[in-house]
Amino acid sequence: YTTGSGLFSEILTEHVPLGEKRLMDVKLGELGSWLGKRDFTPNGVLASIRNGHDRYYNKYINVKRGGIGGVAMLLVGYVALKHDRWRKYH
Amino acid sequence: MTLSFFDQFMSPTYLGIPLIAVALTLPWILFPTPSARWLNNRLITLQGWFINRFTQQLLLPLNLGGHKWAALLTSLMLFLITLNMLGLLPYTFTPTTQLSLNMGLAVPLWLATVIIGMRNQPTAALGHLLPEGTPVPLIPVLIIIETISLFIRPALGVRLTANLTAGHQLIATAAFVLLPMMPTVAILTSIVLFLLTLLEIAVAMIQAYVFVLLLSLYLQENV
Repeated sequence: YTTGSGLFSEILTEHVPLGEKRLMDVKLGELGSWLGKRDFTPNGVLASIRNGHDRYYNKYINVKRGGIGGVAMLLVGYVALKHDRWRKYH
Repeated sequence: MTLSFFDQFMSPTYLGIPLIAVALTLPWILFPTPSARWLNNRLITLQGWFINRFTQQLLLPLNLGGHKWAALLTSLMLFLITLNMLGLLPYTFTPTTQLSLNMGLAVPLWLATVIIGMRNQPTAALGHLLPEGTPVPLIPVLIIIETISLFIRPALGVRLTANLTAGHQLIATAAFVLLPMMPTVAILTSIVLFLLTLLEIAVAMIQAYVFVLLLSLYLQENV
């Protein structure tokens, strides 16, 4: 199911099992048990990486008139990460 | 003071994970797999055009046996050119400055061309050791020289390492040493930095290309 965003999100996601709700639909008190149910096996981690990559790719790069922005955002994020790590040692 | 010049080339680790692993897998993310569509997005179109043109140019001098190497050579070229170009971004680590990586690429591939040549056509492969038309008294010396030049071919890897390291080091020196020391001529130093960056972009692309080109030449002789 997609994110229950909008006016009726609480009602729409009432009967979905906790382990399968997306992060924005989990109530604050349920956060601990939600984390326990997420799939952190290597296969699960790979699946979530692939998922994230597909979502980014289809939103920013795989479009009809995609410009340099899609790839540029990725590279800027990479530089930002590395800048942070460089700071740690200097 | 002396040690800090080469800090940028130390293989960094973070929480026990060598960051070179991250730097090596980044090119993989940047090249998406072409889908089965007729008209793709612009990134895939550009990528496909580049790969096709490059492979066509590369395989022109090779005979049919060498065409088996097409995937290997093209992917090697893409890998090297991406690694080199990404290394020009600030704070990034360039894996190709590490001699271990470049020799790990160069030596097995060069050895493969030699072994293929010796296995399939030993006479012709050995015949390359003596150029045509040499005066008879020179033959022993020339064979020794040609053998040495054959065995020095893995310097392919050393060439890549040296060029990239030198370029990065120049930029680092200009930025960290010259700039703080001579603020009055800062404009001149900034121009130097800018020109060096342009040079580095060119060198990055050229070095990757040269690597693959030479490898294909070695292949051409031996296949």
